[in-house]
Amino acid sequence: MVSLKQLDLTDLSVRQVNEYLHGELLEERPARVEILNPDGLHSIAAGLDTEVDIDILGHAGYFIAGMNQRARVTIHGNVGWSVAENMMSGVVHVKGHASECAGASGHGGLLVIEGDASSRCGISLKGTEIVVGGSVGHFSAFMAQAGTLVVCGDAGPNLGDSLYEATIYVRGSIHSFGADAREEEMQVDDFEKVAELLSRAEMNFDAREFKRVSSARSLYHWNADAHQEY
Amino acid sequence: MCGIVGFLARRDADRERLGQLVTPMLECMATRGPDSAGLALFHRPLPASRRFALSTRDRKFDWQALAESCQQELGLPAPVAALENHASLISELQPDIFKPWLTSIFPEVHLLSTGHAIEIFKDEGHPEEIARRFHFTEMVGTHVVGHTRMATESAVSPAHAHPFTAGEDFCLVHNGSLSNPYSVRRKLESLGIAFETDNDTEAGCRFLEWRMREGDTLETAIEVAQSELDGFYTFLMATADKLVLVRDAFACKPAVVAETDDYVAVSSEFRSLAHLPDIKHAHVYEPAPEQIYSWSV
Repeated sequence: MVSLKQLDLTDLSVRQVNEYLHGELLEERPARVEILNPDGLHSIAAGLDTEVDIDILGHAGYFIAGMNQRARVTIHGNVGWSVAENMMSGVVHVKGHASECAGASGHGGLLVIEGDASSRCGISLKGTEIVVGGSVGHFSAFMAQAGTLVVCGDAGPNLGDSLYEATIYVRGSIHSFGADAREEEMQVDDFEKVAELLSRAEMNFDAREFKRVSSARSLYHWNADAHQEY
Repeated sequence: MCGIVGFLARRDADRERLGQLVTPMLECMATRGPDSAGLALFHRPLPASRRFALSTRDRKFDWQALAESCQQELGLPAPVAALENHASLISELQPDIFKPWLTSIFPEVHLLSTGHAIEIFKDEGHPEEIARRFHFTEMVGTHVVGHTRMATESAVSPAHAHPFTAGEDFCLVHNGSLSNPYSVRRKLESLGIAFETDNDTEAGCRFLEWRMREGDTLETAIEVAQSELDGFYTFLMATADKLVLVRDAFACKPAVVAETDDYVAVSSEFRSLAHLPDIKHAHVYEPAPEQIYSWSV
């Protein structure tokens, strides 16, 4: 059994790396895979469905670890757009910053971003839990339907615009809420949830510092008297 | 899509090898825009002379004959350096004398840029082929903006390729699309400003240059443009001594910046910066929406 498998993207294409992760990996069963020299390339470790630890050593591009199931992927650098998009389960951990649409449409699993996440973080979220160590950009959790977004820094404009049943917790300042998002009082369940997620993300903040943001649910039904004034 | 790249060298050693640093950036962005490419190279400014960058569709055009004709008829030396269907003519001639002469005598020749520092190369075709044809790896200068185009709103032609320029020593490359270029254009045309294409980016470029001619700094001109131009954009601009970047309020079009003590590099995607020296220790960040980023030579 191989304990560590190294794949170098200076010698291999992303397609070859992903073919290994979807094929030979299942035979070799390495405990850990290191992917070297990602250099901003797209779609590395996408579509995984295996319990394996993968370390991407450097800055990576778009769609990293998209559609992930069961794998634990750590990126030791920044990532481009749509990291862990449509994740089903497992853990994706970004040591640096993430660009736009981090965790978009994710159904399950945990996404941890130690740095900042740019705009539209958690857009259309469907169940994934996201913990951002820094701040998030505008329109984060836009139309998020289920799941949790924990922001340890500040939130940009229009947080939670058209939010459904996802919950947002913010430690820092909130620039502005989007349509139908509002601050609500933290309950015992909220403190427990935030503390649990911070613990799983290995972030050392006090759950009592966080605010809860969720949907006022006034957009759920068409209101003919609203005169488009939502 | 479209890809944009920019590079400002802070040290002489990197200015000497500018082309070697920038050409791989441009070629990497060919995947974002394979139909045309171009770049604006900024030399150290000429104190008295101007550089007139010229192009024509005829790859066997006799540039020497044009230079000689220019000197004979306008009375000032006009040495020309030619690269296939592009040429750079250096002269103390005033633009308002040279331009009408060029248009009347050589209507098939297009004036790409005018200024003491700027020189534009652009054409339709694959970015790698364009980089090879115009010897981009041999470029020496202070800063560069480049573009690989995937046409979405107007024709594929050399004139529709980026960078766009207006006035002197100013250029703009754009990833995105403007939704009100025709109303901007009508406004500018009523002020006597002429357009060369129906491209949306040209409207943005001429708007900014008009504001600067009216006395705005480039940064103030951008602030005015942010309320007048509607649409999506990552704009990368350059003047003789500056590189300036701005994204629209929604930031739908990507950009990444890498800064070290030696350089500022901008691209649509990090992977086109990955080959740059010491990039592992660079400050790499995503520019915030609507914020104006400006770096001086």
